[in-house]
Amino acid sequence: MSSISCRDLCKYYQQGDAVIKGLDHVDLEIEQGAFICLSGPSGSGKTTLLNAIGGLDSLDSGEISIDGQRVDQLGKAALADLRLYHIGFVFQAYNLIPVLSARENVEFVMQVQGVGAAERKSRSSEILREVGLEGMENRRPAQLSGGQQQRVAVARAIVSQPKLVLADEPTANLDSASMKKLMAHFRELNRVHKVTFLIATHDQRVMEWAERRISMVDGRVVSDELQQAC
Amino acid sequence: MAMPLKAMSVLAWRNLWRNYRRTLIMLLAITLGAWAMIFMTALLRGMVDDMVKQGIAALPGHVQVHAAAYRDDPSVTHSLPAPGQALLRVLNGPQVTAWSSRVKVPAMISSEYDNRGVFLLGVDPAEELSLGFKAADIVEGRFLEGSDDTGVVVGRKMLQRLETRLGNRVVLMSQDPDNAIADGGFRIVGVFKAELESREEGYVYAGRDAVQKMLGIGSEISEIAVLGHDYKTPEKLAASIRAVLPPDVDVKTWRELDPYLATMMRVMNGFVLVWMVVIFLALSFGLVNTLMMAVFERVREIGLMRALGMRPSAILYQILVESLMLLALGLLAGNLLALGTVMPLRDGIDISAVSQGLEMMGASSVLYPVLLWPDLLLANAVVITLGMITSLLPAWRAARYRPVEALTRT
Repeated sequence: MSSISCRDLCKYYQQGDAVIKGLDHVDLEIEQGAFICLSGPSGSGKTTLLNAIGGLDSLDSGEISIDGQRVDQLGKAALADLRLYHIGFVFQAYNLIPVLSARENVEFVMQVQGVGAAERKSRSSEILREVGLEGMENRRPAQLSGGQQQRVAVARAIVSQPKLVLADEPTANLDSASMKKLMAHFRELNRVHKVTFLIATHDQRVMEWAERRISMVDGRVVSDELQQAC
Repeated sequence: MAMPLKAMSVLAWRNLWRNYRRTLIMLLAITLGAWAMIFMTALLRGMVDDMVKQGIAALPGHVQVHAAAYRDDPSVTHSLPAPGQALLRVLNGPQVTAWSSRVKVPAMISSEYDNRGVFLLGVDPAEELSLGFKAADIVEGRFLEGSDDTGVVVGRKMLQRLETRLGNRVVLMSQDPDNAIADGGFRIVGVFKAELESREEGYVYAGRDAVQKMLGIGSEISEIAVLGHDYKTPEKLAASIRAVLPPDVDVKTWRELDPYLATMMRVMNGFVLVWMVVIFLALSFGLVNTLMMAVFERVREIGLMRALGMRPSAILYQILVESLMLLALGLLAGNLLALGTVMPLRDGIDISAVSQGLEMMGASSVLYPVLLWPDLLLANAVVITLGMITSLLPAWRAARYRPVEALTRT
């Protein structure tokens, strides 16, 4: 799974009399197992592109296919299932459920998937240890720092082993050591399990980890380059 | 895919207490609403039950037998013969708890000071006691000692009206079958009290034989009053009696004899439901507001759950589970409060301050709440059912949020 094809994507927003181009005739092909960074200034369309690929937002025109299946034509329930089983999200704001503990937030997706309690606990413990949150499993988001919350969000995104991870500024609020650890984990998932990563970021340090770098400005892809990754 | 119910319940329970003040206020409203439904229904049931029992006791009996025209003209000309063998077999059978054959005619009672119109009841005291007349109701003197007793027993209020006393003589005057005056002197041997003062003024008891002799009607009687086992189902008893009597004999159940009472009972069930729905409608505005606020405050979170793969239907169920918990908690407290207030009052509530008004309705001055399981279940069912219906709107709105818009809501 997770070869992604984007053809002539257009998404416009109305702001008063002005029309803002979220996506302006974007064409992209993303192969399975790719590790890609999306870069560009604020408002360039990075988040819009991630949302469109993840089925969170509709398009005004264009086609998106994931493994040959047209995402733009799926109904709400089918899109929900796509996100549940095949896509992991890391949002710009941590977006944790405040009444659930760190462990429960991580297990949330697995619970919706119907994974058994023992397996959920085992995987959540392991992933929280990997992101450096061992011993904090029972804390609620309000009891965690910004960086810790972000790590919980990342753990939640990857614990169910999705084939595609869409990450929007995943390293915001992380210190360098944590950032490196996180990116190393992403790369391992990418190399070993062929998980496709599409990461929107301003962080130059993160971009150095990517094999492919796509730059966007004003809703358009202005460059698309392969590079030597860390 | 939907979350397992257990996980949904945990999430719903924690979400309920995010704003504990709002939740507590809503719980209090549901508790008081449930309490009002159950408690007031118990009071109303008790009042109607009392009215029905008072009414049946006043008739008396669940079924009465008369000559065809008696109810239009209750005079001696419309009398029945004493019960025959076939009727006696039914009256002494398993369907009947007690029965009494009575002479019941309009009469005038006179003392040296005053006279009043009454119904003269010629009875067998043993039959009358088995039919429901209570010996404890005799406040002075004694009840009749046999159907040949030549004394009379009058009501306490009647004694006052006639300005006479126990032991004095009174004259009873009525009409015989030839429309001639039939009268006789009787000594007051007893004074009775009743729940309703109108009974004390309206009825005079005398021995059946003595009255039959005074009226010159031999062994004829005016009515047979029959008591079955359950006042709610007198029809079967009436049918059994009708089957052994000629078609021109009038056999009526208490529902037919007192249509007002029967209507009260019928109306009561409908009234209970309307009462409960009205209370709930008042509650529902608060419930909808609480849930709408709870959803509004969690728009981003709902967007997140949609983004993570929860279907819109699962979001809807999540909100409904939360609502169900709120309703269930409130109902539990409301039921306990209702039981806790009804049980101590089972010995009755004295409302004699308004007894005259109640007497007009046929109710006594002591109100006994009656808590029926169907009423308890109905109250809970109304709250749960209407509560879940009311919760559909906020739940539906939550499920319709578009993930990307919800996630970016501040």
